[in-house]
Amino acid sequence: MRRFRAGWLVSSLLVPLASVVAGFLVGALAIVAAGADPLQAYGALFAGAFTNRNAFAETLVSTVPYVLLGLGLALGFRAGLFNIGAEGQFYIGALTGVFVGYSIHGLPLFIEIPAALLAGMAGGFAWAAIAGFLKAWTGAHEVITSIMLNYVAFLVANYLIDGANGKPGVMVAPNVSTPRTPDVDLGAMLPIIVPGSRLHLGLLLALIAVPLVWFLIERTTVGFRLRAVGFNQGTARAAGISVAQTIVLTMGISGALAGAAGIVQVLGLSHHMTDTVAAGYGFDAIAIALLARSNPWGVLPAALLFGALHNGAGFMQLETQVSSDLISIVQASLIIFVAAPAIVRWLLRLREQPVETVQITQREVETPVG
Amino acid sequence: MRANDGVDLAVEWGQVHALLGENGAGKSTLMNVVYGLVSPDSGEIDFDGNPVKIGGPQDAIRLGIGMVHQHFMLIPPLTVAENIVLGREIASAGVVNLDRSYRTVNDLSARYGLEVDPRQRVQDLSVGVQQRVEILKALYRGARLLILDEPTAVLTPQEIEGLFEIVRTLTAAGNAVIFITHKLAEVMEIADQITVMRRGQVVGVTTPAESKPADLARMMVGRPVLLRVEKQPAKPGSEVLRVDDLVVHDDRRQLAVDHVGLAVRAGEILGIAGVEGNGQNELVEAIVGLRPARSGKVLLEGKDITRRPTRDRLRRGVGLIPADRQRQGIILELPIADNLILSDYDRPPYERWLVRQFNTIRSAAERLVETFDIRIRSVDDPAGSLSGGNQQKLVVARELGTAPKVLVASQPTRGVDVGSIEFIHRRLVTERDAGLAVLLVSSELDEILSLADRVAVLYRGRIVAVLDAAEAEREHIGLLMAGAAA
Amino acid sequence: MTAFLQQLDPVSLVSIMLITATPLVLAALGGMMCERSGVVNIALEGIMLTGAFIGYFVAFLTQNLWLGLLAAIVSGMLIATLHAVLSVSFLVDQIVSGTVINILAVGVTGVFYRTYLETATTAGPGTLPHWNLPLLSSIPVLGPILFQNQLVTYAMLVLIFVVHFVLFNTVWGLRTRACGENPRAAETAGINVYFVRYVNVIASGALAGLGGAYFSLQQIGTFLPNMTGGRGFIALAAMIFGKWTPGGAFLASLLFTGSDQLGSRLQSVFQVHVPLQFLGMLPYVLTIVVVAGAMGRAIAPAAVGRPYKKT
Repeated sequence: MRRFRAGWLVSSLLVPLASVVAGFLVGALAIVAAGADPLQAYGALFAGAFTNRNAFAETLVSTVPYVLLGLGLALGFRAGLFNIGAEGQFYIGALTGVFVGYSIHGLPLFIEIPAALLAGMAGGFAWAAIAGFLKAWTGAHEVITSIMLNYVAFLVANYLIDGANGKPGVMVAPNVSTPRTPDVDLGAMLPIIVPGSRLHLGLLLALIAVPLVWFLIERTTVGFRLRAVGFNQGTARAAGISVAQTIVLTMGISGALAGAAGIVQVLGLSHHMTDTVAAGYGFDAIAIALLARSNPWGVLPAALLFGALHNGAGFMQLETQVSSDLISIVQASLIIFVAAPAIVRWLLRLREQPVETVQITQREVETPVG
Repeated sequence: MRANDGVDLAVEWGQVHALLGENGAGKSTLMNVVYGLVSPDSGEIDFDGNPVKIGGPQDAIRLGIGMVHQHFMLIPPLTVAENIVLGREIASAGVVNLDRSYRTVNDLSARYGLEVDPRQRVQDLSVGVQQRVEILKALYRGARLLILDEPTAVLTPQEIEGLFEIVRTLTAAGNAVIFITHKLAEVMEIADQITVMRRGQVVGVTTPAESKPADLARMMVGRPVLLRVEKQPAKPGSEVLRVDDLVVHDDRRQLAVDHVGLAVRAGEILGIAGVEGNGQNELVEAIVGLRPARSGKVLLEGKDITRRPTRDRLRRGVGLIPADRQRQGIILELPIADNLILSDYDRPPYERWLVRQFNTIRSAAERLVETFDIRIRSVDDPAGSLSGGNQQKLVVARELGTAPKVLVASQPTRGVDVGSIEFIHRRLVTERDAGLAVLLVSSELDEILSLADRVAVLYRGRIVAVLDAAEAEREHIGLLMAGAAA
Repeated sequence: MTAFLQQLDPVSLVSIMLITATPLVLAALGGMMCERSGVVNIALEGIMLTGAFIGYFVAFLTQNLWLGLLAAIVSGMLIATLHAVLSVSFLVDQIVSGTVINILAVGVTGVFYRTYLETATTAGPGTLPHWNLPLLSSIPVLGPILFQNQLVTYAMLVLIFVVHFVLFNTVWGLRTRACGENPRAAETAGINVYFVRYVNVIASGALAGLGGAYFSLQQIGTFLPNMTGGRGFIALAAMIFGKWTPGGAFLASLLFTGSDQLGSRLQSVFQVHVPLQFLGMLPYVLTIVVVAGAMGRAIAPAAVGRPYKKT
C-alpha cells in the first residue's frame, strides 16, 4: 500500500544521516570542552566499535538488545504511545525469564530457550500493560507512570535478589559472594554462533523480530488497529475499535519486546542476574526508535549505530579519558536533528521538501480557521 | 494553494456588506487576510482611504477592525470580562483590575444593548450569549469595521433577528459590517451591498434590490441550483430504532440529554432540530455507544442495545455519520481504501487469519468510490488529500455501504460544497425510500425542513415537540428551538 | 502517648517533609508556568540535574555558593530555552523535546563530572547557611519548621505565593492561561503566543534550576551523577495532583515527602519490619496512584502538549 512519495528519500535517509553527522559534531564540541581531542576520541570510539580484535562481534552483541528495545518503542510510537519505561520492562523480563531459566532442568534446548524467552516476554508484557491499563482507564500519562514503574522494577529486582532486613533474597543463588541469581540451565543458554566471540543466537532472534514486527504493524489487523488509534482515537472509537484495549495491548507488546531484550541478554551473556542496574536502556530505545522514524526496518541500522557507540565508548574512555557519558550527548543531539527536520533542512539548505515532523503523542485535529 | 485569486472588495461606512459564497469559496480566508491572520501573497488593503499593512491581529485591532470567527475565539474557563479585555487588559502595574473590567463590560453591554454577566464563565454560557461576548470583545477594542463570519449558523431564527437588530444599530452609528454567509435569505434581509465569491474569485457585486435569490444562487454555485429536495411522502414501516427515557451526561458531567424518548421507523427520516449544544452530540453518541447512558434504553429492532459496545451496535446495523468528520469520521493519514472499510477492517473478506487482504479491500473501496461518485485519483492516497465534500461523501459511502438498518446522520452536510450537499441529500432520500430508518440531526433548520418526514425539537436536552414536517412552520419551530413553550 | 510523640517528633517530621519537598515544589511551579501556557515539560528532571551540576561546578570553581546558586538558575534557563526553541519554534513533539533534554543532561553532567570533579582534591564549597529569622524562628512549632531554613527552602515558600499571584492576578498570568487554553483565540486577541510560551518555558527553567541547586548546594554540598533520582517526574505528578495550582502542588509535594518519611519512621518508631525496598517504592507507587486518580478529575490546560502553528 505504501507508495513512494516525493521527498521520501530526504525524510527517510538524508535526514537521519545528516542527523547522525550533526550529532557527532555536537559531541565533538563536548569533547573539546572536556579538554580532549575529538579526532583521537572518535578514533578510539571507532576502533573500539569495529577494528579492534573481536570489536565488531562485541558491537553486534551490544546491538541485539537495542534492536528488540527499538522495535518495542517504534511499535508504541505508531499507536501514539510513549513507552519511556522500557528499562523497567527489560529488568522485569530478565527477572521472570531467568526464574524459568534456572528452574527448569534437563529439557532440550528447543524447549528451554523458548520457555525462558516466553516467560521474559510475559513479564515485560505485564509490566508495561500496567502503564497501558492506567492510561486507558484513568488517562494517567504513560510517560509518568512507566518511568515510575522503572524505579519500582529496580527495587523489586533488588528485593528478590538481595533480600532485606538480613534475610537473603528469594531468587539468590546459594554460596555466592555477591548476591546474584543462579545460572540458567545449560539448555536455556543461547549458543554462541561465532566461535571465539561472545556473539550468541540472540542476534538471529533480533533479526527475525524485525520483519515480524513490520508484518504485525503493516499487514495484520492488530497493526491496523494500533495505527488507527495512533492517528485518530475519536474516529477509531466511532468505527467500533476499542481504544482502551488497543492501548493496553500495544503497551504490552512493546513491553514484551523490551522484556525479550532483557532475557536475551541473560540467556546469551551473563546467564544470571545481579542486582546492579546498568541504566540507560530506556532512553537509548527512544533514540533508536526516533532515528528509525518508527519504522521496524530502520531500527536495524539505528540499533547497530547505538551498539557501536555503546561498545566503542568504553574503549574511548580507556584511551582518551573522555567519559562514556559522551555518547548520551551524541544521542541527544541526534534526536534533536531527527525530531526537528526543519533544523536539518535549514542546515542542508533544502527547501520546499515536505518532511513530516515526528509526532508521537496523540495528534488532535486542528479545525482550520474558516 | 490560492484560496483567493485577485479579489477586489470595497466596503463603505454605515453599510452591511454581505460576502456570499458556498463553503470553500474563500470568504473566510479573505477575511482572515483582512484581520491579519493570513498574509496575502500580493495585493493591498486600503482603510479609510489609506493603504495599510496588516501583519497580525494587533494591526487590525489598532485600525479598528474586529472579527467574530465562526468558531468562537473564546477561552471557556475564563470569565466574560476576562475574555473581553484579554490582550488589552485594564490593569495597573501589570495587575489586572477586575472590578474596573467588570464595570467597563457592564457599560459597554448597556450601551449596545448586548446583555451579558461579566462575572460568568464563558463555558457556562449558551452559544447565543457567547456570540454576544465575541461582539463585545470587538467593540471593546474600538472596532468600527466588524467582520461576522457565518454568525447565524448557531442561532435560532429569533436569535438571528436579535443579531440583525444589533447589526442595524451598529451601522446606523456609522460603523461598517462585513457579513459572511452562504444563506441567501439572510443576505436579502440584511445586506446593503453583496459580493458573491466562487472558488476564490469575486463573481459578482450587486444589491438585494437588484437581484433575486435564484440569481444569487446561480452566481454562487456557477450553475442553476435546486433549492428544494424532491421527494415523495414517506411510507414508514416497522419501528427500527427506539430511545426510551434516555439520560446522558456531557464531558463536564452535566446533564445533557434529559429523559429523551423517540422512535424512528423504517422508510422515514426523523429530523432533530435544535440549536447546537442542546444535547445533540450526546444523544447521538449515546445511541451509537460512544457515551454511556446514565439511565434509559436504546433499542434496535426491539432488542436492548444500551449496554452494548459501539462495535456491536455497528455490526447489528447502526450507521453513523458523525458531526465532526475530522474527529470522528475519517483518519486523514490513512489511505482512502482503509477509511472506506474502517468499521469492518477485522472481518472477512478484508481479513484472513489476522492478515489484512489488500486486494479485497482495494476492490471494495473502488466499488464504493464509483457508486458514491467520490472524486479521487487513487484509493491508496491518504484521505486527507480529499476536499471536504469528498471526505464527507467518503463517510456517507462507508456507512451506507454496510447496508445499515438505521442511519444516524449528524450534521451530514456541514462544511460541504453545494454539489456534495445535493448528492448527500438525494442519497438520504433514496435510502429512505429503500426502507432505511434515518435519524437526521442538524442545526440547519432548512436542511431539516427539506429532508425530514417528522421533526423533533431538542431544547436543553429535552424533546419539546414532535411535529409532522408537512405541517411544521418555520417560525413555530424557531420558537421551540429557543425554548418557548409549544 | 508523650513518649510516643517524642519518638515520632512531629515537628522535625514536618520540618524534614518541608525541606525535602523544596525541589519538588520548585520544579512543580516551573512545570505549572510552562503547562499553563500550553507546553508540557517533562524536561524538569534534566533541568534540575543540570542546575545541580552547574550550580555546584561554579560554586566549586569560585568557592562562592551564591555565584553557584545564580549559575544553577541561569543554566536552567538556558537549557529550558532549548526546550522552547525545539517545541515552540520547531514544533517538535513536546515529549520528545523533553526527553532529549533529559538525555542531554545525563550526558553533559556525566562527561564534565568525570572530567573535572570526580578526581578533584580541592575542598568543596560547603552548603548554604541556615538562617534563623529573628523573632520568627523562636515561635514554638512554626519557628523550627518555617523560619530556620536555608535559602532555597525560603525561596520555595515565597515563590508559591509569587507564582500564584502571577498566574491568577496579573496580565501576564491571564495571557499565559489564555495561551494554554486556546492559543488561536489568544492570537486573535493580539497576544504573541510564541513570546508568552517562550517566557514561561524559560521561567520554568529558572525555577527547576533553583530546585536543582537544592540537591548540590543546600542538601549535601557536592554533586553526584543522577542525584535528582526522578524527582522531576514526581514534581510533574505533584503539579497534576495539585490541579495546576501552586497551593495544590505544594500540598501534593508534602504528601510525597511525607510518605517517604513515614516509610523510614515506620521502621524506627513502630518497629514495623517491612522490607526496605518496599518503603523505597512508596513515593513512586504513590505517584502512579495519584496521577491515575487525579487524572479523571483534574482538568489540564486544554491546549497543553499541542504545538501551535500560526496559519
